[in-house]
Amino acid sequence: MGHKAKVTLIDERGLRHDGRRFDELRPISMQIGVLANASGSALVEYGRTKVLAAVYGPREPSQKFMVLPDRAILRVRYHMAPFSTSERKNPAPSRREIELSKVIREALEDIVLSSEYPRTVIDIFIEVLQADGGTRVAGVTAASLALADAGVPMKGLVAGVAVGKVGGVLLLDVDEIEDSMGEADMPVAGAPDLGLVTLFQLNGVLSEEEVERGFSMAWKAIEKIVAMEKEVLRKKFEAAGEEV
Amino acid sequence: MSVTPFKLPVVPHIRRQAYISLYEKGLRADGRGIHEPRSIDVKTGVLEKAEGSAHVSLGSTQVLVGVKIEVAQPFRDAPDQGVLVVHAENVPLASPIFEPGPPDENAIELARVVDRSLREVKAVDLESLVIRVGEKVWNLWIDIYVLDHDGNLFDASMLATMAALATTKIPDYEETEVGEILVRREGASKPLKINHKVVTVTIAKIADFLIVDPTFEEEVIADYRLVLSFDENLRIVGAQKTGEGGMKVEELKEAIRIGKNTALTYFKILNQKLAQGV
Amino acid sequence: MVKTIHGTIVVPGERLDSRVEGKHPYTLEVGGAKIATVVGLLSRRDDKHVFINIKGVYVPEVGHVVIGLIESIGVTSWHVDINAPYQAILSAQDFLGRPFNPAVDDLARYLRPGDYIKARVTLFDKTRNPVLSVQGEGLGRIVNGLVVDISPSKIARVIGKRRSMANMIEEKTGCTLFPAVNGRVHIECPNRELEMIAVMALKVIEAEAHTVGLTERVARFIEERVGRGV
Repeated sequence: MGHKAKVTLIDERGLRHDGRRFDELRPISMQIGVLANASGSALVEYGRTKVLAAVYGPREPSQKFMVLPDRAILRVRYHMAPFSTSERKNPAPSRREIELSKVIREALEDIVLSSEYPRTVIDIFIEVLQADGGTRVAGVTAASLALADAGVPMKGLVAGVAVGKVGGVLLLDVDEIEDSMGEADMPVAGAPDLGLVTLFQLNGVLSEEEVERGFSMAWKAIEKIVAMEKEVLRKKFEAAGEEV
Repeated sequence: MSVTPFKLPVVPHIRRQAYISLYEKGLRADGRGIHEPRSIDVKTGVLEKAEGSAHVSLGSTQVLVGVKIEVAQPFRDAPDQGVLVVHAENVPLASPIFEPGPPDENAIELARVVDRSLREVKAVDLESLVIRVGEKVWNLWIDIYVLDHDGNLFDASMLATMAALATTKIPDYEETEVGEILVRREGASKPLKINHKVVTVTIAKIADFLIVDPTFEEEVIADYRLVLSFDENLRIVGAQKTGEGGMKVEELKEAIRIGKNTALTYFKILNQKLAQGV
Repeated sequence: MVKTIHGTIVVPGERLDSRVEGKHPYTLEVGGAKIATVVGLLSRRDDKHVFINIKGVYVPEVGHVVIGLIESIGVTSWHVDINAPYQAILSAQDFLGRPFNPAVDDLARYLRPGDYIKARVTLFDKTRNPVLSVQGEGLGRIVNGLVVDISPSKIARVIGKRRSMANMIEEKTGCTLFPAVNGRVHIECPNRELEMIAVMALKVIEAEAHTVGLTERVARFIEERVGRGV
């Protein structure tokens, strides 16, 4: 975390360095079924953050002992491609990627109906192709779409967003530069249809009131992002109904 | 790759029901209240070869933390700061579920949560650790050694880390003509400068209850745990939801309230023990 | 020609009226409400509202006749891929119709990895892998023709109401079709050209399974190509 070129994070009009208001999401794009081999896949972009998720399975694991008798096991890999960051990232899994793989897996466990496929494995691979802040939460969103694309039954769709505190102000969907110069970063993910928060972390210092206010802001955005996921899923399957 | 744990011990349904019946009465299996932590013991200065150390018992959970200080180069983008590194080991002797090998995702998560809780709030004054700006600084190695796992490794580790840091002494050193730093470890007396004390409070959700300081079995049956980090001003300096279950939106506020109260208890005990000079 | 969808697309987590008929686990009771758990189509069938999954994984049921792909040979059985999360087993005893004699019987002589078979699921619960049998009319190794993979949730459309779609394809191409519930279709055709047309027709159905007027469109599709020799 350094002090890079001087960037005005919030100007006199209260606009951020990319022109957004404090509670505005970056432009989000979602595409499903982008990979032919995977059971399901999705490419999600939050501004310049680009994340690809693929689902394989449910399938029997190659190592027979890696099973549970009454449900499927989830295997989640969050990984950053070497070219995803300004300085090349060593492809070997870092401690951060190991922690985030766990945190993302736990964001999906309660949502996937794993009890339907005992003794199997459901693989979810998340690759960050371009990192500009919010990679883990974009990863959760991409995983949710990939699971829906794969036809893995879920209790609801999941989405995530990060709220940051920069220059004393709570900002929605912070990008890399805002995160690096901010005082706090709070990634949140969950299933709004179920009222369940499945990912929640705070890195930084906030008062209790700021945590609650930041969380509200995040949750509202998550509702919006899940609504986008629904639209994208609907459109994809309605596409066959258009004139050829 | 993170994999759903498939080798966790099974807690019989009857036992789970027994726990819940107790919670309904506001009690835990060992007689404490549902928001009450177990008995805590803190001993500092327990490792002679470490510049700082502490051993914490939280009920049957035991964690040992050693702080080692070495001369190192600062990070390029922080030439005027010392370096802080936190590492944790789920030592195999601590639990039947710990396997020998490099730190797994749980040990990594533990280390990173403790690290983040110290770093953002600048608990340790890293600027006071400069020997020669841009060239030589003190590097603090904090090693968390879990010795006995009966749940709540986060709170025990954070208490031990804080107690160790609060009693860490920076070694004396000499600078040679060629600019080499010779460290003299004996008789170190300069205390490490601490700006803020931090504790974590772990709250577990079981059935409809939010309980504090879960034992190992309680962690196994819990839906999830929320680890909240507080400084002595009760600012929230870290948070980590861990575990597979989802948290209901309403639970966050309640958990923070409970967390704050428990944090006060932890600080009281920590300060007491440090004042006693144990 | 404008194609319209025969109903509404529903996505995971969306609520369905409690009277909607749907197969488990594609509909689920969560907190007293019925929800869809996969992407699917909510439509009216006769007088009922039905939810059919567009996306889904094939889960075997006892009685299903499936097209399996031999993956490997075990000691006394073959391991068969039936496009399900679980690999299936075909015992040598069942195939031979008599006890297996390792001194005389070489399993690889009968079925090898890469062979397709038609088999019935005789045993399956989620605690163990599906067991297959080839004892029965029309079951056994597939010798002629081609096997096409189609998403299992589209097979019903390949068959059509009262087999109308499959019959139509057979009539217009001269091929015989066996759509298996596990997402594979066995086609046997008089020649390669007709085989190609039949395969293309199946792909059209897979892409447009939930649209109206599909049978006529596919019929037209086939006619155009048969007429001009592909």
